[in-house]
Amino acid sequence: MAHTTHTVKRYSGLMDWLTTVDHKKIGVLYLIAGAFFFGIGGIEAILIRIQLIKPQNTFLDAQTFNELITMHGTTMIFLGVMPIIFALMNAIIPLQIGARDVAFPFLNALGFWTFFFGGLLLNLSWLIGSVPDAGWTSYVPLASTTYSTHHGVDFYVLGLQIAGIGTLLGGINFLATIINMRAPGMSFMRMPMFTWASFITSALILFAFPAVTVGLVLLMFDRLFGGNFFEVANGGNPILWQHIFWIFGHPEVYILILPAFGIISDVVSTFSRKRLFGYSSMVFATILIGFLGFMVWAHHMFATGLGPVANALFSIATMLIAVPTGIKIFNWLFTMWGGSIKFTAANLYAVGFIPTFVMGGVTGVMLASAPADFQFHDTYFVVAHFHYVIVGGLVLGLFAGLHYWWPKMFGRVLKEGLGKATFWMFFIGFQLTFFVQHFLGLTGMPRRVFTYLPNQRFDLMNLISTIGAIMMGIGVLMFLWNVLVTSLKPANASNDPWEDGRTLEWTIPSPPPEYNFKQTPLVRGYDAWWKEKMEGNTEMQPAEPVGSIHMPSPSILPFFMGIGLFIAGFGFMFAKDDFNNALLNGLFNNYVVAGVGLLITLTCMFLRSVIDDPGYHIEKEELEDKGVKA
Amino acid sequence: MMKRWHAAKRLLPLFAGLVLLLSACGREDLSAINPQGPVAEKQYGLMTLSISIMTLVVVVVFAISFYVIIRYRRKPGQNDIPKQVEGNHKLEIIWTVIPIVLLLILAVPTAKYVFAFAEDYSKDENAIKVNVTSHQYWWEFEYPEYGIRTAQDLIIPTNKKIAINLRTQDVLHSFWVPSLAGKMDTNTEGNLNKMYIEATKENVYRGKCAELCGPSHAYMDFKVKAVNEDTFKAWVNEMNAEPKAWTGDPAAYDKFKTSCLSCHALDNSQSLGPNLKGLGSRESIAGIMLNRDNVSEPINQDLMEQHLREWIVDPERVKPGNAMTNGMTGVEFTDEELDQIVDYLSNYKLDSLKEINKQ
Repeated sequence: MAHTTHTVKRYSGLMDWLTTVDHKKIGVLYLIAGAFFFGIGGIEAILIRIQLIKPQNTFLDAQTFNELITMHGTTMIFLGVMPIIFALMNAIIPLQIGARDVAFPFLNALGFWTFFFGGLLLNLSWLIGSVPDAGWTSYVPLASTTYSTHHGVDFYVLGLQIAGIGTLLGGINFLATIINMRAPGMSFMRMPMFTWASFITSALILFAFPAVTVGLVLLMFDRLFGGNFFEVANGGNPILWQHIFWIFGHPEVYILILPAFGIISDVVSTFSRKRLFGYSSMVFATILIGFLGFMVWAHHMFATGLGPVANALFSIATMLIAVPTGIKIFNWLFTMWGGSIKFTAANLYAVGFIPTFVMGGVTGVMLASAPADFQFHDTYFVVAHFHYVIVGGLVLGLFAGLHYWWPKMFGRVLKEGLGKATFWMFFIGFQLTFFVQHFLGLTGMPRRVFTYLPNQRFDLMNLISTIGAIMMGIGVLMFLWNVLVTSLKPANASNDPWEDGRTLEWTIPSPPPEYNFKQTPLVRGYDAWWKEKMEGNTEMQPAEPVGSIHMPSPSILPFFMGIGLFIAGFGFMFAKDDFNNALLNGLFNNYVVAGVGLLITLTCMFLRSVIDDPGYHIEKEELEDKGVKA
Repeated sequence: MMKRWHAAKRLLPLFAGLVLLLSACGREDLSAINPQGPVAEKQYGLMTLSISIMTLVVVVVFAISFYVIIRYRRKPGQNDIPKQVEGNHKLEIIWTVIPIVLLLILAVPTAKYVFAFAEDYSKDENAIKVNVTSHQYWWEFEYPEYGIRTAQDLIIPTNKKIAINLRTQDVLHSFWVPSLAGKMDTNTEGNLNKMYIEATKENVYRGKCAELCGPSHAYMDFKVKAVNEDTFKAWVNEMNAEPKAWTGDPAAYDKFKTSCLSCHALDNSQSLGPNLKGLGSRESIAGIMLNRDNVSEPINQDLMEQHLREWIVDPERVKPGNAMTNGMTGVEFTDEELDQIVDYLSNYKLDSLKEINKQ
């Protein structure tokens, strides 16, 4: 029976990227945007470290320094590493579960564009000249209009709300994708660890991001519309903000680290040529970490003064997280035990991750002890701890994942020698930067200080730390160089370039065709591809005959919905400003700009609702043509 | 010659390590791992316990890591398929149970000290009560039992519990004297905190604000001066006496009164800016310009006068974002007036503190 065929306009060039709903292209978009913001956050970090290279340095002034620490934290977490996580999730998860795309391709594009325009809005604060300066935690009253009279925190509040929509949509999309789109035979307990970790991460996003959105909305009402949620003089309460922020903020830590756990599990297992040790305990450890992650937020607030009962309970709950985390560490070590370990660049990052993450983990347990935390809290000890977890953990994990899946995403293997050199530069730089910071904190240096007096025995350690930071910067540049030279090579990576691939993504061409799988594979066990290889098969068994494939059609609407919110953000922010200019006052003061922005977004939503989008089909003949060419 | 250089070269890393180790313990008056009072000592004890347990964990993990990495690396030409192990229940139970036991060892003292440090001494007759109020960017210390108010230098007697009530006048700050006790936030009305500190030795301890509070957060330092009980009593009496008389030009005094005393006080009344009583005995000007670097040296009078002058002439440069910048708008001092104000304030010393100040 023939399908009703629809003609769908297919774009090329720039329009292709603006309208794409293909998860692989959206993955690349996330990667480019994430890398861009990661670069900005990295430059901010280097500037911070240059300012702290010696006591009473005058390289930066106090206000600029506070802007830099605020934007470094906010940019790195929300706009740098999270999008790179989303890049890998987009590029890999549909392939790992044997799907042709995500559950909601349109939503996927919308998620990217709202994230991108939210991030852009936040970072335009540098060009407009009033930058968020109340820390990435944006504690009130410092972030209230009483003490922060410029637009800085408005950029934070609006930018993060818009970017947060994107993250929430992405999370929902991956939940639906992983639940519904698995290939026949791909039961939950046969899913690769990266898919599992992304699944739990998506669930955490679903529950954590609404909390921060509520917090941001309340702060927005306080700042833009004269609300009193956090205004003490009018009965508001600043501690409320801290609770809301950390109810989101702690799960956020696990949103970041769980995907890294997944990447490490896949990479270590592949390059040890061994099945992941204790797969089911790994899965349950991941679920348990996600669950406990919601019960420990107040350990960020021990010094806030919640009283001994709360402090004791949150201390013990926090310590409990060490147990499932420990299980994971030992499972990785015993995956390598008895294996045949190949030290590719990807695996170097993965193996380097393990001891480094353990360092961050054990300081985490130390911080969990509330009475001792009274000393650690808000010092460089904490700075060292969370950088060990986020950089030593997540960023090393991301580098491992990028090296590992680069050939699958782009058809080219990153240069191995250069990759290994990059690892050592970055890894040594990282340890130099952050190891000494534990001692800076213990010997009395608070965090977020723009300078320090001489003769406090801080000088040498700060110098070492800055040297390390510069090495990390060089490491990142070396990685970019690697990307550049690799992109000049021909795209000739094979389906399974590491030869030890175990999961479904290694059964299809690198990069995969737009429909991923010509025939949906039949999954016969955990490590499906490895199982087939061990049985002497050269390809997966298909679960269906070759037939025409239904594809979603591209759309420019997500792009315009993002732009609409971006414009509305500006409109709301400047609605109460006097520009000394009739035209600008007319536009902003009357909420015209804000209205136009919202109208654009709502119109796009309307169009999306009324216009039927049946998608299109790639016919059997077309598939076979391509098959011949390949 | 060459040989000696080689020896030196070999010793160089050792020496560098030693320097790092020494600086890693920190200053006696500033470091949390060099505790000088019972609260900080107990916190340090808990830290040592947790560091010991965690070192054990790190050593085990590192040992297994290195063994595995070296023993099981793929040799050139090796192309065998290792045995595909699913897991091992015994091992998995071991590495679940052992961490739980280790955490229990840490959890018990944690719970104990959480409650110990929450002890309220504010009703204790033997404790000295102090109300700490934080401001952008300075510290106000009120002694309700004695009707005294001072700023920046908290004077306490040794070996006595100091029961502290914390509150803020503006944004959140955090009160931290690492060598005496961990920190506690100064919150707004409705969420006020209490804590206590105690110093065993006479010394000057460095305190810091530990919560981002604006541009001059880094400059929001204060000092805790622990003196013996007699000195403390003498200090209380001195603080309750009449302010030091102005001996200079009466016209300059009028200027001082209208320009400075509109925000600052010389008696124990509440004022917008820090109390100036006994300024000449303080460790610093504006909390951050130190008049001496170490308690073993005397307070440097010339340095103090220079600091005071710098501060009055351009407070914004010294402490960006502070309230005195606005308070001073429209105020111009002649050189003569400035000399007299600096002279009066820097020589306003308290006899009781002369010994610890080595003046």
